[in-house]
Amino acid sequence: MTAQSALGPTPEKTVTRLRIEQRMEQPTWLRYASPIILVGAALLVGALLLRLAGANPWFVYRQMFSIAFGSAYGWSDTTIKAVPLIVIGLGVALALRMRLFNVGAEGQFFIGAFMATGVALYILPTNAPAWLMLLAMGLGGFIGGAFWGFIPGILKARLNVNEIITTLMLTYVAVLWNNYWVYGPWSERGFGMTSTFPDNAWMPRFTDYAEQIPALRGMTAHFGIFVAIVLAIVMWILLRSSKWGFEISVIGDNNRAARYAGINLSRNIILVMMISGGFAGLAGMIEVAGVVHRLQERFSPGYGFTAIIIAWLAKLNPLAIIPVAYLFGGLLVGGDAIQPAGVAAMLQGVILFVVVGGEMLLTYRVRLEKVAVAA
Amino acid sequence: MTPAQSKHAHVATIAAGEPWRASDDAPPAVEMRGITKRFPGVIANNQVDFTVKRGEIHALLGENGAGKSTLMNVLAGLYKPSEGTIWIHGERVDFNSPRDAIAAGVGMVHQHFMLVPVQTVAENIFLGVRETPFVLDYKQMAADVRRIGTQYGMPVDPNAKIWQLSVGEQQRVEIIKILYHGAQVLILDEPTAVLTPQETLGLFATLRTMVAQGKTVIFISHKLDEVLSIADRITVLRAGGVAETVFARDVNKVQLASLMVGREVLFRLEKPERAPGEVRLALSAVEALDNKNLPALRKLTLKVHSCEIVGIAGVAGNGQRELAEVICGLRAISGGVIEVCGKTVTNAAPIVMINAGVAYVPEDRSTTGSAPNLSLAENTAIKSYRDEPVGKGMFVKRNTMRTIAGGLIDRFNISAPSTATPVRKLSGGNLQKVILAREISKRPRVLVAAYPTRGLDIGATEAVRKILLDERNDGAAILLISEDLDEIFAIADRIAVLYEGRVMGEFASADADRETIGLMMAGHAADTAHTSPARNPEAAS
Repeated sequence: MTAQSALGPTPEKTVTRLRIEQRMEQPTWLRYASPIILVGAALLVGALLLRLAGANPWFVYRQMFSIAFGSAYGWSDTTIKAVPLIVIGLGVALALRMRLFNVGAEGQFFIGAFMATGVALYILPTNAPAWLMLLAMGLGGFIGGAFWGFIPGILKARLNVNEIITTLMLTYVAVLWNNYWVYGPWSERGFGMTSTFPDNAWMPRFTDYAEQIPALRGMTAHFGIFVAIVLAIVMWILLRSSKWGFEISVIGDNNRAARYAGINLSRNIILVMMISGGFAGLAGMIEVAGVVHRLQERFSPGYGFTAIIIAWLAKLNPLAIIPVAYLFGGLLVGGDAIQPAGVAAMLQGVILFVVVGGEMLLTYRVRLEKVAVAA
Repeated sequence: MTPAQSKHAHVATIAAGEPWRASDDAPPAVEMRGITKRFPGVIANNQVDFTVKRGEIHALLGENGAGKSTLMNVLAGLYKPSEGTIWIHGERVDFNSPRDAIAAGVGMVHQHFMLVPVQTVAENIFLGVRETPFVLDYKQMAADVRRIGTQYGMPVDPNAKIWQLSVGEQQRVEIIKILYHGAQVLILDEPTAVLTPQETLGLFATLRTMVAQGKTVIFISHKLDEVLSIADRITVLRAGGVAETVFARDVNKVQLASLMVGREVLFRLEKPERAPGEVRLALSAVEALDNKNLPALRKLTLKVHSCEIVGIAGVAGNGQRELAEVICGLRAISGGVIEVCGKTVTNAAPIVMINAGVAYVPEDRSTTGSAPNLSLAENTAIKSYRDEPVGKGMFVKRNTMRTIAGGLIDRFNISAPSTATPVRKLSGGNLQKVILAREISKRPRVLVAAYPTRGLDIGATEAVRKILLDERNDGAAILLISEDLDEIFAIADRIAVLYEGRVMGEFASADADRETIGLMMAGHAADTAHTSPARNPEAAS
């Protein structure tokens, strides 16, 4: 103190600076609020683009909302879109919990649909009881998707091959494989589709019960939604309370610690990739049995990819996937009604972009700070 | 006048003058006043005043988390203080980067060296020099490096590649580097952690030479003996603030320890006699590769008995990690046999080792020993979830898990807000206690503990050592890997010295002597009667 008096402190002033710093910790409220903030931000950016395109964004959004959620028919149509998104999203979320990026759910979806179609048209007789038919188709779809997940899984487990590349590449194989069958051996008069499934291979729809309950008339949503909800609940329970779910949470957080604790990493990688693929395959079966009733070219508007965003936005929580999938289903249904059709696709892209980018931004915070500077 | 100019003025006086004597009327080398450093949610330093005189060795002592490294990172320009001012040699400074600090004559040697392994010593030292000529004069560089080395008693070969050097030599390169960059004030962050006892003595001699020539040294440490033997003055930090600054000659170990911890500390541990029981762990001629596929263990033979702690002494990087990992099934061995309780378990999976009763307290607490984002309760269960009472059928009983974790918190004195706290929020000592609690609650037959007290404060260290002794008294066979000879002498029954993957010699700790062990740690085969040559024929070469 005394020693430096000769050169003592120089006078100083303070200035206020804007400081951006990383949050050490995401507060709990933000964890729950962030999906809402992000979707809100995405809609705002979308509104800006709509405005630039010369439309009235408020009108467009209101229109889309009322088409998707404004009526019982709207809900029915939205449900149809939501079902595959939920089922695929559950599988993707499971893999992501182990930090496995299954970005090839689209391909697994196609293989599942292919297998289910094979069962319906070529394996089981047309007079098989409906429950047996649907069960066999579901099993076939699951096995097909699981096989498509097994390939990247075993490559990852044994040779540490990056699963992002393998799952994505296998998607192209799956789509083209599907094309081969619908244009070739299974083609209906050379068009890119098979013949229609027999009645016993149709997933029951709400409208099928219109005789008992007239209000259901015209509701084409199918019972796949119940399958989706049951799967979500089962997955939620398994992840939360089973030994296997516990292993997955340890592996997902620190796979070195998991290995150290005696958890078998390879087995879990393969198993999870198979279940993840199996879910996508099952979604493919539900889609052909519930909606399309045949296999055809390009019968998915990219469900397998949209489901990745859904899993992410739902923070990998199986139950949260349901409402998020409905939101995106609504976007698809509402988007069908706007012209040009590209606008809906653009909105989806914007949402994906804002959500992924914004997630990162939310880990920062902005502060005003007073800083002393030497005069 | 800029700080840089003032620095050069000092350099001139020092270079011309007689050996420097610390004097009270010159401006202090370092004066930090009212330093506060906040991190989101934490105050690492709170209104710290810290003054270092020219030409003194000033130790900065404190437990982990006391704020030593933060304060020095502020001084070295790595962090900007939230509040407070710094003067270097009487000159007000405001560092925005380590470059500014270097320009003002302040340089820091970090715990983890920042050297490029494939480049030579001279090239590494020349890296970061601001104004370089277009064509480098390698001869001149080498000569400069050699001159500085000789001046301070740190001989190094300027043309050697970094990877060829021992850790001690690499540290010299770091010191020469900051001297070359014009440092008048040298900050050394726990420099002895990586050194053998002999290397430590060498470093101390160097530091004394440096202060005799007018440099100023700040020495960060949590080892009391070392601080007392090297420092002129000692500033003790506790919980982010200054506890006291004292002259080293005026205090003893006990006083320092209580300043550090804030209460009385006992250094004696009860170690009752126990006759070693049956062989629990036996390694014979074990060979294994490290992560770079180079031989890490070379025909290593070792036995650990029930009721026995075997301490592995050695400089880090001589096969300790690989030794621990092969015993726990985390690393495959390429030769030899491992037996646990008489059963051969060579190259068995980790789960087999766990079921055979092998527990492991790994060296990396957060990257191997725990899942950082999972809760304390979950972390205590990552091995026990399979069996009753936590596991039941295909399910995990979370309530039981929490109850058991609560019991461990009490028994092991873990301070944590709750069993739901993610373990990444725990201090190093508490995380270590969680890991120990988990490993010991399974009543292991063999316990491998790698650096169990590294980075822990005195209180936690005491607790951990006591836990290990209790386990040994209850019959466990413990392999203690440590870099701290005091620790090994304090609790081990036998000492094995590890050098380049071999056991250089084994001693009963009662008749072991420090010097012999130190020499063996540096690779000198001892020709004393203490070694039993039959045990390790290769060691003689």
